[in-house]
Amino acid sequence: MDYIARTREQYDALGYEPYRWAERPDPPPWTPLAKPVAESSVALLASGGAYRRGHVAFHWNDDTGIRMVRTDEPAVDVRLTHFAYDLVPAREDPNIVFPIDRLHELVDEGVIGGLAPEAVAFMGGIYSVRRAEAELVPQVVEAVAAMDVDLALLVPV
Amino acid sequence: MGLVARALEEAGVPTLCLTAAHSITAAANPPRAAFVDMPLGYTAGRPHEPDFQRDLLRRAFAAFATIDAPGTIVDTGVRWSDDDSWKDSASSGLSNGVVSAEGDTRSERSPEPQYQYDDDRRAAEGA
Repeated sequence: MDYIARTREQYDALGYEPYRWAERPDPPPWTPLAKPVAESSVALLASGGAYRRGHVAFHWNDDTGIRMVRTDEPAVDVRLTHFAYDLVPAREDPNIVFPIDRLHELVDEGVIGGLAPEAVAFMGGIYSVRRAEAELVPQVVEAVAAMDVDLALLVPV
Repeated sequence: MGLVARALEEAGVPTLCLTAAHSITAAANPPRAAFVDMPLGYTAGRPHEPDFQRDLLRRAFAAFATIDAPGTIVDTGVRWSDDDSWKDSASSGLSNGVVSAEGDTRSERSPEPQYQYDDDRRAAEGA
Protein backbone atom coordinates (compact mmCIF):
# COMPACT_ATOMS: atom_id res chain seq x y z
CA MET A 1 0.00 0.00 0.00
CA ASP A 2 1.53 3.34 -1.00
CA TYR A 3 0.53 5.39 2.03
CA ILE A 4 2.49 8.44 0.91
CA ALA A 5 0.52 8.69 -2.32
CA ARG A 6 -2.75 7.98 -0.52
CA THR A 7 -2.12 10.55 2.17
CA ARG A 8 -1.15 13.16 -0.41
CA GLU A 9 -4.46 12.60 -2.19
CA GLN A 10 -6.45 12.77 1.02
CA TYR A 11 -4.67 15.81 2.45
CA ASP A 12 -5.14 17.56 -0.86
CA ALA A 13 -8.85 16.74 -0.83
CA LEU A 14 -9.10 18.03 2.75
CA GLY A 15 -7.32 21.26 1.84
CA TYR A 16 -4.52 20.49 4.31
CA GLU A 17 -0.91 21.43 3.76
CA PRO A 18 1.04 18.44 2.40
CA TYR A 19 2.21 16.08 5.15
CA ARG A 20 6.00 15.84 5.33
CA TRP A 21 7.47 12.39 5.84
CA ALA A 22 10.90 11.91 7.34
CA GLU A 23 13.37 11.60 4.48
CA ARG A 24 16.89 10.33 5.09
CA PRO A 25 18.53 9.70 1.72
CA ASP A 26 21.99 9.34 3.26
CA PRO A 27 23.18 5.76 3.86
CA PRO A 28 21.86 4.35 7.14
CA PRO A 29 24.19 3.50 10.00
CA TRP A 30 24.96 -0.20 10.29
CA THR A 31 25.81 -2.56 13.13
CA PRO A 32 26.47 -6.17 12.09
CA LEU A 33 24.83 -8.99 14.04
CA ALA A 34 27.10 -10.10 16.88
CA LYS A 35 25.80 -13.68 16.81
CA PRO A 36 23.24 -15.77 14.91
CA VAL A 37 19.61 -14.70 15.28
CA ALA A 38 18.82 -18.07 16.87
CA GLU A 39 21.22 -17.22 19.71
CA SER A 40 20.28 -13.55 20.00
CA SER A 41 18.20 -11.95 22.71
CA VAL A 42 15.60 -9.68 21.18
CA ALA A 43 14.09 -6.39 22.31
CA LEU A 44 10.61 -5.63 20.99
CA LEU A 45 9.93 -1.98 20.17
CA ALA A 46 6.39 -1.17 19.13
CA SER A 47 4.63 2.08 18.26
CA GLY A 48 1.01 0.94 18.58
CA GLY A 49 0.41 2.67 21.92
CA ALA A 50 0.78 -0.32 24.26
CA TYR A 51 0.73 0.04 28.02
CA ARG A 52 -0.25 -2.07 31.03
CA ARG A 53 -2.59 -1.45 33.95
CA GLY A 54 -0.73 0.82 36.36
CA HIS A 55 0.85 2.90 33.61
CA VAL A 56 -0.30 6.37 32.66
CA ALA A 57 -1.79 5.83 29.20
CA PHE A 58 -0.51 7.72 26.18
CA HIS A 59 -2.28 10.93 25.31
CA TRP A 60 -3.17 11.65 21.71
CA ASN A 61 -1.47 14.97 21.15
CA ASP A 62 2.09 14.09 20.10
CA ASP A 63 2.91 12.02 23.20
CA THR A 64 6.67 11.50 22.90
CA GLY A 65 7.02 9.32 26.00
CA ILE A 66 7.79 5.61 26.27
CA ARG A 67 6.30 2.88 28.45
CA MET A 68 8.26 -0.19 29.49
CA VAL A 69 5.79 -3.05 29.04
CA ARG A 70 6.48 -6.43 30.66
CA THR A 71 6.61 -9.30 28.22
CA ASP A 72 6.28 -12.11 30.80
CA GLU A 73 2.51 -11.72 31.04
CA PRO A 74 0.14 -12.59 28.20
CA ALA A 75 -0.56 -10.18 25.38
CA VAL A 76 -4.27 -10.34 26.15
CA ASP A 77 -3.65 -8.13 29.19
CA VAL A 78 -1.79 -5.47 27.20
CA ARG A 79 -3.77 -2.26 26.73
CA LEU A 80 -3.65 -0.22 23.54
CA THR A 81 -4.41 3.43 22.86
CA HIS A 82 -3.87 5.37 19.64
CA PHE A 83 -5.77 8.03 17.72
CA ALA A 84 -5.13 6.87 14.19
CA TYR A 85 -5.78 3.16 13.72
CA ASP A 86 -8.74 0.89 14.41
CA LEU A 87 -8.15 -0.31 17.98
CA VAL A 88 -10.99 -2.85 18.03
CA PRO A 89 -9.18 -5.83 16.44
CA ALA A 90 -5.88 -5.02 18.15
CA ARG A 91 -7.53 -4.85 21.57
CA GLU A 92 -9.05 -8.28 20.92
CA ASP A 93 -5.65 -9.70 19.97
CA PRO A 94 -2.80 -7.32 20.87
CA ASN A 95 -0.34 -9.66 19.13
CA ILE A 96 -1.19 -8.02 15.80
CA VAL A 97 0.67 -4.88 16.89
CA PHE A 98 2.53 -6.17 19.98
CA PRO A 99 3.44 -9.80 19.25
CA ILE A 100 4.82 -10.97 22.60
CA ASP A 101 2.97 -14.31 22.69
CA ARG A 102 4.35 -15.20 19.27
CA LEU A 103 7.87 -14.09 20.17
CA HIS A 104 7.83 -16.37 23.22
CA GLU A 105 6.79 -19.22 20.92
CA LEU A 106 9.66 -18.42 18.57
CA VAL A 107 12.03 -18.61 21.54
CA ASP A 108 10.63 -22.09 22.29
CA GLU A 109 11.08 -23.04 18.62
CA GLY A 110 14.67 -21.85 18.63
CA VAL A 111 14.12 -19.15 15.99
CA ILE A 112 15.42 -16.50 18.40
CA GLY A 113 17.55 -16.89 21.50
CA GLY A 114 15.39 -14.96 23.94
CA LEU A 115 12.96 -12.11 24.49
CA ALA A 116 13.82 -9.21 26.77
CA PRO A 117 11.62 -9.08 29.89
CA GLU A 118 10.33 -5.66 28.89
CA ALA A 119 9.35 -4.15 25.56
CA VAL A 120 9.70 -0.48 24.69
CA ALA A 121 6.28 0.87 23.79
CA PHE A 122 5.46 4.27 22.38
CA MET A 123 2.77 5.87 20.28
CA GLY A 124 3.44 6.65 16.67
CA GLY A 125 1.69 9.44 14.90
CA ILE A 126 3.94 12.15 16.32
CA TYR A 127 3.39 14.79 13.69
CA SER A 128 6.64 16.64 14.38
CA VAL A 129 9.75 14.83 13.14
CA ARG A 130 11.83 17.33 15.08
CA ARG A 131 10.10 16.42 18.36
CA ALA A 132 10.27 12.71 17.61
CA GLU A 133 14.02 12.96 17.16
CA ALA A 134 14.64 15.34 20.06
CA GLU A 135 12.32 13.75 22.64
CA LEU A 136 11.35 10.19 21.73
CA VAL A 137 14.43 8.74 20.04
CA PRO A 138 16.93 9.40 22.88
CA GLN A 139 14.60 7.74 25.42
CA VAL A 140 14.27 4.66 23.23
CA VAL A 141 18.02 4.42 22.66
CA GLU A 142 18.70 4.75 26.38
CA ALA A 143 16.08 2.14 27.27
CA VAL A 144 17.42 -0.40 24.76
CA ALA A 145 21.03 0.24 25.82
CA ALA A 146 20.03 -0.66 29.38
CA MET A 147 18.46 -3.96 28.27
CA ASP A 148 21.62 -5.81 27.18
CA VAL A 149 20.04 -7.31 24.06
CA ASP A 150 21.64 -8.48 20.84
CA LEU A 151 19.11 -7.00 18.43
CA ALA A 152 15.89 -5.03 18.22
CA LEU A 153 12.68 -5.83 16.33
CA LEU A 154 10.67 -2.70 15.52
CA VAL A 155 6.94 -3.09 14.95
CA PRO A 156 5.30 0.13 13.75
CA VAL A 157 1.60 0.72 13.21
CA MET B 1 10.17 4.07 13.24
CA GLY B 2 12.92 4.33 10.68
CA LEU B 3 14.48 7.17 12.66
CA VAL B 4 14.46 5.07 15.83
CA ALA B 5 16.16 2.24 13.93
CA ARG B 6 18.85 4.53 12.58
CA ALA B 7 19.60 5.93 16.04
CA LEU B 8 19.77 2.46 17.61
CA GLU B 9 22.08 1.22 14.92
CA GLU B 10 24.29 4.25 15.46
CA ALA B 11 24.36 3.25 19.14
CA GLY B 12 25.50 -0.26 18.25
CA VAL B 13 22.25 -2.26 18.27
CA PRO B 14 21.31 -4.16 15.08
CA THR B 15 17.69 -3.48 14.10
CA LEU B 16 14.99 -4.78 11.83
CA CYS B 17 11.91 -2.70 11.02
CA LEU B 18 8.79 -4.59 10.18
CA THR B 19 6.76 -2.40 7.83
CA ALA B 20 3.42 -2.38 6.06
CA ALA B 21 4.16 1.04 4.54
CA HIS B 22 6.87 0.50 1.96
CA SER B 23 7.11 4.09 0.72
CA ILE B 24 7.26 5.61 4.21
CA THR B 25 9.98 3.19 5.24
CA ALA B 26 11.93 3.74 2.01
CA ALA B 27 11.89 7.49 2.70
CA ALA B 28 13.16 7.12 6.28
CA ASN B 29 15.74 4.60 5.02
CA PRO B 30 16.38 2.37 8.05
CA PRO B 31 19.26 -0.16 8.02
CA ARG B 32 17.09 -3.30 7.62
CA ALA B 33 13.38 -3.63 6.90
CA ALA B 34 10.96 -6.45 6.16
CA PHE B 35 7.85 -5.54 4.19
CA VAL B 36 4.48 -7.17 4.87
CA ASP B 37 1.51 -6.19 2.70
CA MET B 38 -0.92 -5.66 5.55
CA PRO B 39 -3.48 -2.95 6.38
CA LEU B 40 -2.91 -0.22 8.96
CA GLY B 41 -3.17 -1.70 12.45
CA TYR B 42 -2.29 -5.27 11.43
CA THR B 43 1.48 -5.03 11.02
CA ALA B 44 2.18 -8.28 12.88
CA GLY B 45 -0.65 -10.36 11.44
CA ARG B 46 -4.30 -11.24 11.36
CA PRO B 47 -6.05 -11.32 14.76
CA HIS B 48 -6.52 -14.73 16.38
CA GLU B 49 -4.40 -16.44 13.71
CA PRO B 50 -1.27 -17.50 15.60
CA ASP B 51 0.05 -19.60 12.70
CA PHE B 52 -0.12 -16.58 10.38
CA GLN B 53 1.50 -14.38 13.01
CA ARG B 54 4.34 -16.85 13.69
CA ASP B 55 4.99 -17.30 9.97
CA LEU B 56 5.18 -13.54 9.53
CA LEU B 57 7.73 -13.19 12.33
CA ARG B 58 9.78 -16.17 11.14
CA ARG B 59 10.10 -14.49 7.75
CA ALA B 60 11.07 -11.23 9.40
CA PHE B 61 13.85 -12.88 11.39
CA ALA B 62 15.03 -14.70 8.26
CA ALA B 63 15.37 -11.26 6.65
CA PHE B 64 17.31 -10.11 9.68
CA ALA B 65 19.86 -12.83 9.10
CA THR B 66 20.20 -12.34 5.33
CA ILE B 67 20.23 -8.56 4.77
CA ASP B 68 23.83 -7.51 4.26
CA ALA B 69 23.48 -4.08 2.65
CA PRO B 70 22.34 -1.03 4.67
CA GLY B 71 18.99 0.31 3.51
CA THR B 72 17.58 -3.01 2.25
CA ILE B 73 13.81 -3.61 2.40
CA VAL B 74 13.07 -7.32 1.93
CA ASP B 75 9.61 -8.32 0.71
CA THR B 76 8.63 -11.19 3.01
CA GLY B 77 5.81 -12.25 0.70
CA VAL B 78 3.34 -11.96 3.59
CA ARG B 79 0.08 -10.41 2.44
CA TRP B 80 -3.25 -9.76 4.06
CA SER B 81 -5.14 -11.57 1.33
CA ASP B 82 -4.79 -12.72 -2.26
CA ASP B 83 -7.52 -10.18 -2.97
CA ASP B 84 -6.14 -6.62 -2.92
CA SER B 85 -9.55 -4.90 -2.72
CA TRP B 86 -8.86 -3.76 0.87
CA LYS B 87 -6.50 -1.19 -0.60
CA ASP B 88 -9.34 0.66 -2.32
CA SER B 89 -10.52 2.10 0.98
CA ALA B 90 -7.23 1.97 2.89
CA SER B 91 -5.90 5.05 4.59
CA SER B 92 -2.59 6.02 6.11
CA GLY B 93 -4.24 6.73 9.44
CA LEU B 94 -3.26 10.34 9.03
CA SER B 95 -6.55 10.97 7.31
CA ASN B 96 -8.55 7.77 7.87
CA GLY B 97 -9.98 7.76 4.40
CA VAL B 98 -11.91 10.99 4.75
CA VAL B 99 -12.31 13.24 1.74
CA SER B 100 -13.77 16.38 3.28
CA ALA B 101 -12.93 18.36 6.40
CA GLU B 102 -16.49 17.85 7.68
CA GLY B 103 -16.03 14.10 7.34
CA ASP B 104 -12.80 13.94 9.30
CA THR B 105 -13.45 11.11 11.75
CA ARG B 106 -10.03 10.94 13.34
CA SER B 107 -10.17 10.93 17.09
CA GLU B 108 -9.70 14.28 18.76
CA ARG B 109 -6.04 14.69 19.60
CA SER B 110 -6.55 15.22 23.30
CA PRO B 111 -3.61 15.99 25.60
CA GLU B 112 -5.21 13.85 28.36
CA PRO B 113 -4.17 10.18 28.83
CA GLN B 114 -6.51 7.98 26.79
CA TYR B 115 -7.15 4.85 28.84
CA GLN B 116 -8.57 1.66 27.38
CA TYR B 117 -10.54 1.07 30.60
CA ASP B 118 -11.65 3.42 33.36
CA ASP B 119 -10.07 0.96 35.77
CA ASP B 120 -6.69 1.67 34.15
CA ARG B 121 -7.11 5.33 35.00
CA ARG B 122 -7.90 4.55 38.62
CA ALA B 123 -4.91 2.19 38.81
CA ALA B 124 -2.57 4.81 37.35
CA GLU B 125 -3.87 7.71 39.39
CA GLY B 126 -3.82 5.70 42.61
CA ALA B 127 -0.26 4.58 42.00
